[in-house]
Amino acid sequence: MSLIEEIDFGTPRSKSATMVTLTIDGKEVTVPEGTSIMRAAMDAGHQIPKLCATDMVDAFGSCRLCLVEIEGRAGTPASCTTPVMSGLVVHTQTERLKTLRKGVMELYISDHPLDCLTCGANGDCELQDMAGAVGLRDVRYGYEGENHVFAKSNGEANDAWMPKDESNPYFTYDPSKCIVCSRCVRACEEVQGTFALTISGRGFDSRVSPGMSESFLGSECVSCGACVQACPTATLTEKSVIEIGQPEHSVVTTCAYCGVGCAFKAEMRGEEVVRMVPYKDGKANRGHSCVKGRFAWGYTNHKERILRPMIRERIEDPWREVSWDEAFSFAATKMRGIQKKYGRDAIGGITSSRCTNEETYLVQKLIRAGFGNNNVDTCARVCHSPTGYGLSQTFGTSAGTQDFDSVENTDVAMIIGANPASAHPVFASRLKKRLRQGAKLIVIDPRRTEMVESPHVKALHLPLMPGTNVAVVTALAHVIVTEGLVNEAFVRERCDWSEFEEWAAFVAQPRNSPEATAILTGVDPKDLREAARIYATGGNGAIYYGLGVTEHSQGSTTVIAIANLAMATGNIGRPGVGVNPLRGQNNVQGSCDMGSFPHELPGYRHISGDAVRDQFEALWNVKLNPEPGLRIPNMFDAAIEGTFMGIYVQGEDILQSDPNTKHVVAALSAMECVIVHDLFLNETANYAHVFLPGSSFLEKDGTFTNAERRIQRVRKVMTPKNGLADWEVTIGLAKAMGFDMHYSHPSEIMDEIAALTPTFAGVSYARLDELGSVQWPCNEKAPEGTPVMHIDGFVRGKGKFVVTEYVATDERTGPRFPLLLTTGRILSQYNVGAQTRRTENVVWHAEDRLEIHPHDAEQRGVRDGDWVRLQSRAGETTLRAEITDRVAPGVVYTTFHHPDTQANVITTDFSDWATNCPEYKVTAVQISPSNGPSDWQKSYDAQARHSRRIAPAEAAE
Amino acid sequence: MSPDRLIYMANQIGTFFRSQGHDKAVPGITEHIKKFWDPRMKRAIFAHLDAGGAGLEPNVREALTSLKQSLPATP
Repeated sequence: MSLIEEIDFGTPRSKSATMVTLTIDGKEVTVPEGTSIMRAAMDAGHQIPKLCATDMVDAFGSCRLCLVEIEGRAGTPASCTTPVMSGLVVHTQTERLKTLRKGVMELYISDHPLDCLTCGANGDCELQDMAGAVGLRDVRYGYEGENHVFAKSNGEANDAWMPKDESNPYFTYDPSKCIVCSRCVRACEEVQGTFALTISGRGFDSRVSPGMSESFLGSECVSCGACVQACPTATLTEKSVIEIGQPEHSVVTTCAYCGVGCAFKAEMRGEEVVRMVPYKDGKANRGHSCVKGRFAWGYTNHKERILRPMIRERIEDPWREVSWDEAFSFAATKMRGIQKKYGRDAIGGITSSRCTNEETYLVQKLIRAGFGNNNVDTCARVCHSPTGYGLSQTFGTSAGTQDFDSVENTDVAMIIGANPASAHPVFASRLKKRLRQGAKLIVIDPRRTEMVESPHVKALHLPLMPGTNVAVVTALAHVIVTEGLVNEAFVRERCDWSEFEEWAAFVAQPRNSPEATAILTGVDPKDLREAARIYATGGNGAIYYGLGVTEHSQGSTTVIAIANLAMATGNIGRPGVGVNPLRGQNNVQGSCDMGSFPHELPGYRHISGDAVRDQFEALWNVKLNPEPGLRIPNMFDAAIEGTFMGIYVQGEDILQSDPNTKHVVAALSAMECVIVHDLFLNETANYAHVFLPGSSFLEKDGTFTNAERRIQRVRKVMTPKNGLADWEVTIGLAKAMGFDMHYSHPSEIMDEIAALTPTFAGVSYARLDELGSVQWPCNEKAPEGTPVMHIDGFVRGKGKFVVTEYVATDERTGPRFPLLLTTGRILSQYNVGAQTRRTENVVWHAEDRLEIHPHDAEQRGVRDGDWVRLQSRAGETTLRAEITDRVAPGVVYTTFHHPDTQANVITTDFSDWATNCPEYKVTAVQISPSNGPSDWQKSYDAQARHSRRIAPAEAAE
Repeated sequence: MSPDRLIYMANQIGTFFRSQGHDKAVPGITEHIKKFWDPRMKRAIFAHLDAGGAGLEPNVREALTSLKQSLPATP
């Protein structure tokens, strides 16, 4: 194993189909038109010296090192900015070029520290490489003149010298090592799209400047790491590299944070991670990353991680560390005991969207085949279950229609109830790149999100009242139908025409017009009409949506309404269009695919189907129960009722993430055996009897499936710190319960999945190694996977239009609770924060804040930073206020990353009509000034502290 | 399980299908509950139906009645 070196071609790939042939150093090279001479030379295997060029950003032509000579042309043009032309004869190494390059390098080095041996970039420095490449042996100018290198010259302070900026927790900026190639500035602009960096000053005074000469941390920098990756010297360096040294081998793996599924190289020294670097061949991220995947992996060896199994009889007892065998047998005895006492259906489990496909598959197999019931559900219940329902009803598949590359062909992007700049940042960067090229953006969100406020992006923002999605999307359809913007040819060919007519007649009713619904939605009818026209007529229209769509009483209805809209305008079945759910977690798509829902087996096939069940029964050698099992909220209700008494929870913190915390507490307290399988003693573990320590994504093999249905490998780079990979833990528990599963490697689990699931038939680890990744369906018909779905027709046959009547949620504002609370995520933290709170990311977000409009704050006497009491019909909590007009009057907003805030004490039991996905996004609340934590917060904290005690180990004999 | 919660859920399903008209709504509701409700939930709502079915919307009541008849007697 060695370090994976990716070739830097110097300039981006040209997409032209026209090929051009030229001669470089006597070799004929054929490349696409628009390719630079630098890239063409690299294609031919000749590396032209360069400093300011790298293939993640456009050519800039500032370093003057990549000069070439072209026969018949005067001078020595820069090869990075000179495009190829047919018949050119190029020389990359001549006496003239050698002299020029040496002169350039000599100047660079005359203003650069010569501490190479102790420099953080030693062994990975392009400046060092280029000095070697041009044969620099002497610097005639000396080092004493004006410079940026030394703090003092001739005993006087050197004004041109700047100290290191170590404000960012993950990387340092050492201006003395900067060669002002501006790669970082361009990476920030072109790749990330934040525009946090610039070059201030001119000539010798030129400096890289975060914001207005601020610190990195104090600037708009979002710490995505693109600048660090682009820097050719030690100016921007990961602190981990400075501390540990250069990595010696690397392994390609997949990020375990959000549903974008970025591919990373885990760069290692032995079993220690030195850094995570985004992988350019990763088809989801194309070499880009965000602060979480790139830097926030320190939780994997955080001191609070639990590495030994623990048990206790009662949750009031302290934990007792035991062997794996004792923990398995304790858990198995309890679970089987419950089944004996309360019946076979009295236990169940929850699979994790954080874990691999293979692990998820095993947990549902254990439940269906080992427990003998279908009481299996997954965290997708509380996020994208309406997507599964809505898209399978209308299109016939429970997944997004496109790959992320599709956005490069999008002309109009409509984002509904999602904030990709915070929650799916790498996708947001790719989208923003397309927007800067001229694509249009419509944002439907109660809040003026970071997407709306991005630099160089103009969004048409429809700020709707929380809970009125169906009214808004139906009003868009109203405009499209009544203004004659329907793509009739598409609808006639691909969809059921009579269903369409019924739907069109419904949406055309005057009561569904933007003008009639404005009173509910708060959206300016003029803007709404404009948005509908742009989407229907602006070229390739793509809809991206998130939990702002699904987590409502009418979540499934909105998904259906979105699908209707895409079908009516013909925006399905080719690159650039589609309906794209932005999935929350790394493997939420996969956990759904793997049969985690109580009503369906892997591949979305209903459990009542005899033929499907036969297939699984034959391979698993058991009889399966044909009745659907309980969904998570039903499990809680059944627990309180006394018919559901034991649960195995893998990698989900249901107590913190599910709504109405008090209800969840009551349910967990009622159960006789709660098994938590996790990295940390999470909030759910406060009510657990068995704790099985989990392994991180760095410690196991497997696959994740991202939001574009892309199956990607997760590769083990270190031994599990807890001793067992998660799939081995499930096998251990199953065995203790008398259900044997035999696998020696996760690849064997994938082979079983492929054998049982038609859409995965072509998937194997060998195939994934060969192709890098595949998007399901991957089978005989599509051996290399399916980037875009429904190309020649819908999976279900004819696309199905369904009428979507707006029904107001029963969660109403009134005199006692006059404001609407909605929730969301922030860039630096991730969901319940179990991981990110245990990293340096807390410098960006140390607590949840309540965003409130100045008008509402003024009325209640709340000032910025004040503690406020947030109260709903379900409960109350306290947190600090942030006064902002990002939210409209009447709407307040908070994140839910911190357990001490307990935002879910506030949220209610209301849920989606079709899937019971909780209505997190709408809660009627009141706000009043407060002095500090509520009684609930205090008693919760006390219980949590008490419950987390671990008994001291008994002294060895 | 608490019949109030199940009545609420069943009526919510009924509300979605209501705009499709009675003839599509009833089979739609039947199918939905059949496919997504666990047996103890079905048993509880059937028991409530037998006890008069107070609070159930007419379409929902009809759907539940036909679902109950179509299923084999509870074990």
